[in-house]
Amino acid sequence: MTRLALPSETGEGLLGGPVAWVRRNLFNTPVNIAATLVALWAVVRFLPPVVDWALVRATWVGDPAACRAAGGACWAMVVEKYRLILFGLYPYDQQWRPLLAIVLFIAAILAAAHPKCWRRWLIYAIPAVLGVVGVLMWGGLFGLPLVTDDRWGGLPLTMILAISGIVLSFPLAVLLALGRRSRLPAVRAWCVIYIELWRGVPLISVLFMASVMFPLFLPEGVTIDKLLRAQIGIILFTAAYLAEIVRGGLQAIPRGQYEAADAIGLSYWQKMRLIILPQALRLVIPPLVGQFITTFKDTSLVIIIGLYDLLSSTKAALSDPQWRAFYVEGYVVAAMIYFVFSYLMSQYSQYLERRLSAGTRRG
Amino acid sequence: MPNDDAVISLKDVNKWYGSFHALRDISLDVRKGERVVVAGPSGSGKSTMIRCINRLEEHQSGTITVNGTEVSNDVKAVEKVRRDVGMVFQQFNLFPHLTVLENLTLAPVWVKHMPKAEARDIAMRYLERVRIHEQANKYPGQLSGGQQQRVAIARSLCMRPSIMLFDEPTSALDPEMIKEVLDVMVELAEEGMTMVCVTHEMGFARTVADTVVFMADGQIVEKNTPAELFGNPREERTKQFLSQIIRH
Ligand SMILES: Nc1ncnc2c1ncn2[C@@H]1O[C@H](COP(=O)(O)OP(=O)(O)OP(=O)(O)O)[C@@H](O)[C@H]1O
Ligand SMILES: [Mg+2]
Repeated sequence: MTRLALPSETGEGLLGGPVAWVRRNLFNTPVNIAATLVALWAVVRFLPPVVDWALVRATWVGDPAACRAAGGACWAMVVEKYRLILFGLYPYDQQWRPLLAIVLFIAAILAAAHPKCWRRWLIYAIPAVLGVVGVLMWGGLFGLPLVTDDRWGGLPLTMILAISGIVLSFPLAVLLALGRRSRLPAVRAWCVIYIELWRGVPLISVLFMASVMFPLFLPEGVTIDKLLRAQIGIILFTAAYLAEIVRGGLQAIPRGQYEAADAIGLSYWQKMRLIILPQALRLVIPPLVGQFITTFKDTSLVIIIGLYDLLSSTKAALSDPQWRAFYVEGYVVAAMIYFVFSYLMSQYSQYLERRLSAGTRRG
Repeated sequence: MPNDDAVISLKDVNKWYGSFHALRDISLDVRKGERVVVAGPSGSGKSTMIRCINRLEEHQSGTITVNGTEVSNDVKAVEKVRRDVGMVFQQFNLFPHLTVLENLTLAPVWVKHMPKAEARDIAMRYLERVRIHEQANKYPGQLSGGQQQRVAIARSLCMRPSIMLFDEPTSALDPEMIKEVLDVMVELAEEGMTMVCVTHEMGFARTVADTVVFMADGQIVEKNTPAELFGNPREERTKQFLSQIIRH
């Protein structure tokens, strides 16, 4: 039996350890020494004033006057307005519904993120959750008062736009990527045209067109809800980007994999679903998650067509003349919410890559 | 007329890659249980020919018939042919994201709709036959080249094909692993499997083959028993080729 020596036994760890570690990792080359010094200077220069503003002189409860007197961050504003920031203009006494929607979404994401849950039922569970959230938010059923979507806002709206955008654009993107590599020239041409057209315009103009121009093309009397139009715009737009990422993965799969799948008699769709896509998607996890994060943050652009997503509701909360001076605090809180979600997604992508490559690596 | 007891029959098959004429008027009949070895210089069209048999490549003229089914654009016909014909590649082409066992059960479950437990039993039996059953739950990347190629053979056998195609199955292997793969192929031949095998292993051809086909420039130059073809080649091209591989 071999036994690993404890750090204290080798004399490292307690005294020599940290110093040796610092020397080995932070001061080992001239470039690293320079980077370490710059980082140290930045911490010394900027950390104390930030801590002073955000914590030491901050006001947690109180009125605007108290905030002004203390001179630090006015978190009291956020405490006062958090329901407006989180839920927008949703009727005050009904706000348990968007709260429940957020909880449902987070539970669904956690379940979907775990490889143990990657079973067939997940394919039906995710749209089901979207449906339940829709009913919960809209109401008019089961004794829930009707709340039309022009009153929806805040974090639930951002989550609806982002999660539906990602979940529904993904299958479309896979079809587009397969189509772009199809042997049928007509299919290939349509997919190329679709992808290049959508990638050629910025999302903001897609939203603008969905909001302003699209209704002009509808027959008299037909109206499609503004939120739905924005949602469709986000889905179609995101699909074009995801499709190119998926295509990159498809191209990296050796021809022999296609041939072996053909030779054992798999049909085209079996070959793609069982052999090619599992390998191709695994290769493109980092850019896929990168696009998910982009889509999540880009939902804030719906502000230009008057939807009250998280950023817009924060802005609305700051329109109160009493608290208007403390807009920095409002945006810091909104930024932190965006950051937490984006950061978790990016960490998850790294976890997934490690986990999926564990089995296939030679060892 | 195609030979009546031929399970594979190629008649005047031509194939072009763009303007390059890769197969020229290929005609070949393979009887049930016959072991055919295909030899010839690099680029002579050996791979192209056997890949046309299970439609990994399309031929442009002539007819190919497998167990009475004509290989054509008809999807159903191609499906049937692929169910009857197993193929082993030079580069193994195992599915790296699936375990050895999953590689073997995939086609029986999805193509033949076999219950999982049954597919698993059959897979384990073939893994035992190629002497690799201890590795059933490993991933292909964790096996040696010789082991991977034996798994690839077992994967094809799980579909119970009546014909096996081999495209240089030992060319990507280190010398010490060639024998373990050839042994499996010899056993298969002894059990009466119909085999078409592209290989440069002349020892294998001599001991196992009923027929050796020599190809050059997209044509079948000569076809005979191994004893005749190696001992008494009739065509100049064949003599030239044989003298080259014997010198090496
Ligand atoms: N996809 C392709 N496109 C164009 N030409 C091809 C293609 N595949 C094969 N060829 C050409 O067709 C000819 C026959 O190729 P094939 O692979 O059948 O030869 P081979 O006899 O198997 O040779 P080797 O012993 O090197 O495997 C070669 O000249 C090759 O360059
Ligand atoms: Mg070849």
